[in-house]
Amino acid sequence: MNELDFLVPLPAILPLFGAGLALAMWRSQRAQFIISVVVLTVVLAASVAMLFTVGDGPMVVDIGGWAAPVGINVVADRLAALMLTVSSAVFLCVLLYSMAQGLADGGEDTPVAIYHPTYLVLAAGVSMAFLAGDLFNLFVAFEVLLAASYVLITLGGTGERIRSGTIYIAVALVSSLIFLTAIALTYAATGTVNMAQLALRLPEIDPGTAHVLQLMLLLAFGIKAAVFPLHAWLPDSYPTAPAPVTAVFAGLLTKVGVYAIIRTQTLLFPGGAADTLLLWLALATMLVGILGAVAQDDIKRLLSFTLVSHIGYMIFGIALSTAAGLTGAIFYVAHHITVQTTLFLVVGLIERRGGTTSLDRLGGLAKLAPGLAILFFVPAMNLSGIPPMSGFLGKVGLLQAGVADGSSLAWTLVVGGVVTSLLTLYAIVKAWNKAFWQVPPAPLEGSSLPRGMVGPTGALVALSLALTVFAGPLYSYTERAADTLRDRGIYVQAVLPDGERGEGESAVVAEQGGGS
Amino acid sequence: MTIDMSPSLALVVTIGVLVAAGVYLVLERSLTRIIIGIVLIGNGVNLLLLVSGGAAGGAPIIGMTPEGEMSDPLPEALILTAIVITLGMTAFLLALAYRSWQLHGHDEVQDDVEDRRIAYLAARDEMAFADSDTDTDAPDLEDEAHEVRDETDSLLLLVGEEGLVDVPVRAVRDAAGSDDDPPSDRTPGPGPGPEPGDGEVTR
Repeated sequence: MNELDFLVPLPAILPLFGAGLALAMWRSQRAQFIISVVVLTVVLAASVAMLFTVGDGPMVVDIGGWAAPVGINVVADRLAALMLTVSSAVFLCVLLYSMAQGLADGGEDTPVAIYHPTYLVLAAGVSMAFLAGDLFNLFVAFEVLLAASYVLITLGGTGERIRSGTIYIAVALVSSLIFLTAIALTYAATGTVNMAQLALRLPEIDPGTAHVLQLMLLLAFGIKAAVFPLHAWLPDSYPTAPAPVTAVFAGLLTKVGVYAIIRTQTLLFPGGAADTLLLWLALATMLVGILGAVAQDDIKRLLSFTLVSHIGYMIFGIALSTAAGLTGAIFYVAHHITVQTTLFLVVGLIERRGGTTSLDRLGGLAKLAPGLAILFFVPAMNLSGIPPMSGFLGKVGLLQAGVADGSSLAWTLVVGGVVTSLLTLYAIVKAWNKAFWQVPPAPLEGSSLPRGMVGPTGALVALSLALTVFAGPLYSYTERAADTLRDRGIYVQAVLPDGERGEGESAVVAEQGGGS
Repeated sequence: MTIDMSPSLALVVTIGVLVAAGVYLVLERSLTRIIIGIVLIGNGVNLLLLVSGGAAGGAPIIGMTPEGEMSDPLPEALILTAIVITLGMTAFLLALAYRSWQLHGHDEVQDDVEDRRIAYLAARDEMAFADSDTDTDAPDLEDEAHEVRDETDSLLLLVGEEGLVDVPVRAVRDAAGSDDDPPSDRTPGPGPGPEPGDGEVTR
């Protein structure tokens, strides 16, 4: 028990309260803005505090004082704390950016009254997913963040957004139903949905049944994370949303899926039963995604495809089932959240300055807006893994883990990873040449860039560079996070100190001895 | 204490029917049908959750039902949550279908046009985009090779007749096709495309 444990539920609870308050203050944009910024800043502070205290062991809170398997618990271990910190920083920057955009546009395109509450609900859902210590709570967290994302992706209700939103929502609902089915089957097989208790009970059930449960969970999370062949919805739906919304979706929503896959693979099913399958899927995701990116003409779609492609790297690291692989995957998640969000924000700036995102029509931006060129160039090179940036370090970590594994499949993945990296560079350089260097076919009809939009983008670029500068400490942190994940005893011990119950009221049920 | 986990057959069959019908509807193009499909699957999954709690029993309240005959309250709580979520999502989807109908007069889920455009261009083996770098009228490398060689070949032939001045490349190349005719008698080729056999005749 830690005296800072009260921090754990804050990242989920505060944004929800903030959302309610912002909705009540719908008349005043200024009040809404202040509420959102304050809430997200506090969440960021709480996450950073957790990042530093979580080293003593996972922080657990049994909500309402009810003991773990009966009540709901939230758990923050090293991985969760890192994800919370990165995500809340991203949320804050994107919020500032979107406000500047909304102010500059005069708010005609974005009904700002519902924007803030929805955005805060999205933040709450994402935090809740990272903190969930219970499968059903994870499901609810997914629904919370998805419900908010449905509203954000169809913001304004234009024809194009309705079209892409329909695809997005239908796919997301189907994946939720698959997840719910998996929860029902898990409960039928084990009599619990608490993750710590599942970690204890799943090894006891029939291995075939356990494998089915694992595959169903992976299927549900694979859709969310846009793993091949479940990725087709993503490039269709993301590019049409407003730039800040796309940025936060691209940075965080797929990573929530990746996070859920990490939890499934390490805590619930550590045997590595699905590893071969996942390795093949990782390879296919990398290659199919990046080949899609190479063919694109629209820069937003190009980035959406690179997003799909780079999910493959994380799945690669997870599927290796080694400490090195997991370390690389976690580092890559942190790197990719920042860099992908930054790129989408920069594309929002490009769209503003050039009036379009089509590479056909863009051109000459390097001369028109040299600052914008730098803002694009740095994260773009980072994404394609140019040394010495964090993208390079993350990829090297993963490739080393693959080489250390030594199997022929792992070597195939290593080669695939290098090819994907080169093709990413090709796609990015193509976008750079078209948008920044070529002579524009027709004069660009964009407007100037408000400082409020450039500032947060620059902050995120700086953050991604900071990940490079502090890569050493960060990498050793992810190493420790991977160790914590691989030693399931730590998690189980933290949630269920006596192996049966968490701390809190459950005397009557305890006598009965659970459900089995 | 063992718990009776054998589910009721009627429930299992109902789940099967609901999910099968739902999957069929979700595969349709009209959003309204997709909504109905998702509602059906959702209800099927809720029943599955109910079944996952084991056989039915009395109210799970101590003092009202003997402990062995209680039904499992947890799946019921989960179902309640799931129902609320499905309700909210259905409402949102209905609003979406209505908006789609407002905009387009129908609620069919549209294909992505950009995807189709790129697939179409790929089928025709054209570039996804064109700009000042890609001059589609320029001859490709093979053509250029022909021209370069023909030029040198025919120039040697033509020097005696009319000199080097003002002989357009195309004319020179045409002339190379038949050594004896003067270039002016030849009609130019049908276009900038490759003309197979042109070069071979000279040899």
